[in-house]
Amino acid sequence: MAVQLDDAVDKRAPRIGKGGAPPSGRATGTRRTRTGRATPYLLLLPALLATAVFLGWPMVRNILLSFQTLNMKELIQHLTVWNGTGNFGEILGGEEFWRVTLRTLVFTAVNVTLIMTLGVLIGLLLARLGKKMRLALSVALVLAWAMPVIAATTVFQWLFDSRYGVVNWVLDQLGWHSMAHYDWVGTQLSTFFVITLLIVWQSLPFVALNLYAATTTIPKELYEAARMDGAGTWKVFTTVTFPFLKPFFLATTFLEVIWVFKAFPQIFAINKGGPDRLTETLPIYAFTEGVGNLHFGMGAAISLLTIAVLLAVTAYYLRLTLKQEEDEL
Amino acid sequence: MKRSLAGRIWPNATAIVLAIGFVFPVYWMFNTAFKPTGDIISDVPVWFPLHGTLQHFATAVGAPDFWTLAGNSVLVTAVAVGLSLLIALCGAFALTRMRFKGRKATLLVFMVAQMAPWEVMVISIYMIVRDADMLNSLVPLTAFYMLMVLPFTLLTLRGYVAAVPKELEESAMVDGCSRRQAFTKVVFPLLAPGLMATSLFGFITAWNEFPLVLVLNKEPAKGTLPLWLSQFQSQFGDDWGATMAAASIFAVPILVLFLFLQRKAVGGLTSGAVKG
Repeated sequence: MAVQLDDAVDKRAPRIGKGGAPPSGRATGTRRTRTGRATPYLLLLPALLATAVFLGWPMVRNILLSFQTLNMKELIQHLTVWNGTGNFGEILGGEEFWRVTLRTLVFTAVNVTLIMTLGVLIGLLLARLGKKMRLALSVALVLAWAMPVIAATTVFQWLFDSRYGVVNWVLDQLGWHSMAHYDWVGTQLSTFFVITLLIVWQSLPFVALNLYAATTTIPKELYEAARMDGAGTWKVFTTVTFPFLKPFFLATTFLEVIWVFKAFPQIFAINKGGPDRLTETLPIYAFTEGVGNLHFGMGAAISLLTIAVLLAVTAYYLRLTLKQEEDEL
Repeated sequence: MKRSLAGRIWPNATAIVLAIGFVFPVYWMFNTAFKPTGDIISDVPVWFPLHGTLQHFATAVGAPDFWTLAGNSVLVTAVAVGLSLLIALCGAFALTRMRFKGRKATLLVFMVAQMAPWEVMVISIYMIVRDADMLNSLVPLTAFYMLMVLPFTLLTLRGYVAAVPKELEESAMVDGCSRRQAFTKVVFPLLAPGLMATSLFGFITAWNEFPLVLVLNKEPAKGTLPLWLSQFQSQFGDDWGATMAAASIFAVPILVLFLFLQRKAVGGLTSGAVKG
């Protein structure tokens, strides 16, 4: 969840530069010494260097690896065996990759739809509540939000435990007796159900709290005017709230897509992509092939294809942001 | 505006149900951690830990290597976040307060870096670290965690740096401060709240990180707490009491930190998301 609303902050910086004092560079440009001119680069050097070494190089290495055969034997003997586009041919020619890709896309779509719809509803509810109730719900949301992923995953495993899990007990009490000792990680659909519940539970607070915070920035007059014109709740949402918060919706949906698409610990820790590798999404698939089955070349190729799919899914928003940045930087 | 009775009841009723739903997993973790084993494996759930016990915490803390792993986690997280704050602050200062060639391109680099799909890069990182003969070391782990949080830290800090009025800095310089002094004496103290709010997300990311440590540090005493927790259940059979105690120990630092800092964090995240 580290990828936050980055463009959030971007817009503040230039505004102050333009509104307040003139940018320092131009103001002092004529008097600047040689060291003065080098200062920004020196200040940025550590950050850029670290990015190049710890992000740039792994990325390059990933590309190189994807064109190599690198299994157990090559790994132990430190051999470099190039095999051209062999890995990609094998992956794209097989059925498994496409099946996993489709599964990942459906999984992402279902989760993001649930998160955005319910998150917006909870956010709007927060705006409607009284002070005390709002605080109570906010604290509950923050607790769920702050819960570390692995801890939450472990708790969900316990909640859905087949023998003593509280979920099965409740379902049994409600009259669904076949659920008494139900094994939730036994089938593909039920495992996905638990994972989805976990991910939605974890992501809703972010969307709900931020949406509520954003609605407080909408001028009250707009609502009053809409009400005066006789608009109902739904009409007010579609004509005032939504248009006003469109950038927020775009940014949040984008973040959630990335976050769900890349979800690793939740799926891996619940059942390692099982049963029978049926809940593997692309990141898990790359991991299992590469590190698990020691086909590092294949794994690297899958991870590159995974990045390509993710880029394709988010292309619309990326283009939009880049265009905006061009104008505003 | 007056609302009917039903119109006033349903939002509150929904809110109560939701609040319970969101809190329950967290509550159940603590509840199970404090219950004696007999109450955990009972056919009817025991809703309140009336016979509280610390026995499960003793089991969790007494697990092999617990203190080593906790130390590893704290060390790796603190160093990674501290370093990234330092490096990011320098960069953020340059990017907001100075105009220079390549500024746009630099910003773009960090925006792209922020979206790096670390989860799927573990394979190449494994090969790099192995070739450097540094598997099972905390150094590469710290370095990569530092970079995982660096772009976000840098981009977020820009907003906080920009919010410090330039005039303050300039008047300090007029009064005889050097640029560096103006920064350490005037700008830095004003930045402290921003640094705290920003570091929260760094802490969470580094504290929670799982895929990389799973691949790089397989030796039992060289891992971090997320790895320990994910393997706890299988190691201890189905000792859910101890597992939940372990999860509680792992979760509490972040829960506390979050409750303290969240107001600032939510404000900081959204203040610019909506263009006013």
